[in-house]
Amino acid sequence: MVDLSVKVGALTLANPVMPASGTFADGNARVFDLNCLGAIVTKTITADIREGVPPPRVAEFKDATLFSIGIPSKGADYYVNTTVPFYRRYTPPVVGSISANSADEFGELAARIGASGIAAIEANVSCPNLKKNGKAFGMDPEATFQVISAMKASTGIPVWVKMTPNAGNLVEVALAAQAAGADALVCSNAILAMAIDVETFKPRVANVMGGLTGAATKPILLRMAYQCAQAVEIPVIGCGGISTAEDAIEFMLAGCTAVQIGTANFVSPTAMPRAIEGMRAFCERHGIARIADLIGAMKQHDVINLQEEYVL
Amino acid sequence: MTEVVSSPCATHTGADSASPCCGDFVARIAEHACEVLQNTPVNAEYRHMIVAAPTDAANVQPGQFFHLACPPGASGTTFLRRPMSVYGADPKLGTVEFLYKVQGAGTRGLAALQPGDTLDALGPLGQGFALPEGARHILLVARGVGLATLAPLAAHAVARGASVTAVLSARSPALVMSAERLRAAGATVHIVTDADGNSDPAQLEALLETLHAQKPFDFLSTCGSNRLLMLLQKLGKAWGVAGQTAIEQHMGCGIGSCYACVRPFREHANSDRLTFRRVCWEGPVFDLQETTSW
Repeated sequence: MVDLSVKVGALTLANPVMPASGTFADGNARVFDLNCLGAIVTKTITADIREGVPPPRVAEFKDATLFSIGIPSKGADYYVNTTVPFYRRYTPPVVGSISANSADEFGELAARIGASGIAAIEANVSCPNLKKNGKAFGMDPEATFQVISAMKASTGIPVWVKMTPNAGNLVEVALAAQAAGADALVCSNAILAMAIDVETFKPRVANVMGGLTGAATKPILLRMAYQCAQAVEIPVIGCGGISTAEDAIEFMLAGCTAVQIGTANFVSPTAMPRAIEGMRAFCERHGIARIADLIGAMKQHDVINLQEEYVL
Repeated sequence: MTEVVSSPCATHTGADSASPCCGDFVARIAEHACEVLQNTPVNAEYRHMIVAAPTDAANVQPGQFFHLACPPGASGTTFLRRPMSVYGADPKLGTVEFLYKVQGAGTRGLAALQPGDTLDALGPLGQGFALPEGARHILLVARGVGLATLAPLAAHAVARGASVTAVLSARSPALVMSAERLRAAGATVHIVTDADGNSDPAQLEALLETLHAQKPFDFLSTCGSNRLLMLLQKLGKAWGVAGQTAIEQHMGCGIGSCYACVRPFREHANSDRLTFRRVCWEGPVFDLQETTSW
């Protein structure tokens, strides 16, 4: 029997698999038993009610999608009174996800939903579709520090940081989040991208720019998760193009404690239970008793020593 | 042969069978592996596919849809699924039918399916048509591929004791589909075409006014044409008759999770305030007057 459990800080998950925020809703509960999941991460909310950006909201490529949704939100009251009770009928810990316009507002919203029965809060400092030109708090170490500090001051539950792959100084942002007291990093959100329909001359998503996600982005996001895991002491949760058990294991080998599956849920809503089953089967096949033993277990190639004068 | 593609609970397979997970779980929506029984051209543009489907899938209601994993076709593969409304379904025979226009990478892939191949159909999905209690005479007005969506409503309405009048609009008589199917279902069928010069809104309006005067409609339905939607909205208001329309939109997930397929709708029939609704989840069938034209 394989022990699939992992610890993300103080939080123990039955297995490492959870949905990426925004790729999962109550409809998924009609497809498979949500009790299978390691955790349930809900769609990002804002304190206020928002409709999101106009359609078209999605464009499609080979093995990738461009989404620009703009975080439609029913607000904090709906979240506390309806969303959280719905998911708390299931056994996995519920992880909220929030976005706001300022560090203070992040703190206020964290306080508002932190006592609603959720087990942790993700700070979505990385949605590329809110600020002009895709700017987000997560692009800047100081802004990230302020957001996480405000949330840590206002709630006692763990705070996770949804990192952005659009920051050139990713490791600096990761270290700033850790210094502010973040309990885990989620690496990472969508890659800022765009596409134009050459027949209509119009952008393929109405917001012009959106977030590129899906299997094609995995090597880039894996590299970022690896870099973050190398740099910080806190757990890293891998996210980016994960569709299968093998993809999830790749992120764990790179140093991730757990994984989030996102766009793959749109292609097949049973992607997560199949990944969990595949991870269990993988461990059995490889004689691995605890899946946690895979965390950071990537091996380096053997060093080949060339004659000194020929090296580089 | 059909089977539900496995949706295992993996956390609790093996030793931990006593866990609360999955024991009593019944999937309301599933990825059905459907055997293709028939996939033949109807005319130069459209194909008619019949697949074997388990009872849960074949119980699909008129207006609901399946989200299809399209196989690779002449235009390559599609990453996302494609929504497809149901043209017919028979729980006793265990079949689901699709009528589709071959026009993009997804439908070209569907067109390549041969009898015996497997189609992965996620569903049934969405909110179907809801006929008012005691509806006695319903109107179907459809053009092009919209007909596929409305066709099952005819048999459904007749089974509930309503009479059905169907007005089919097409570019030419050769492109009129399903007239026989609708007549067999018990509908009275009127055909208008661009080629015959009687499909323009003014003439169609006159025809519908005449039909309504002869035998009043108490439910209006349409799909597939902006002009027909606006015409039925106008007549529905004038007559004080309710109705519904089925709407298309590019979709991501099909199960309400991604919020990609929204369109603007009036908050209420007479409201100027618009709100985004998910076509896959709140729809694809919506109130006629709340729907905005495009």
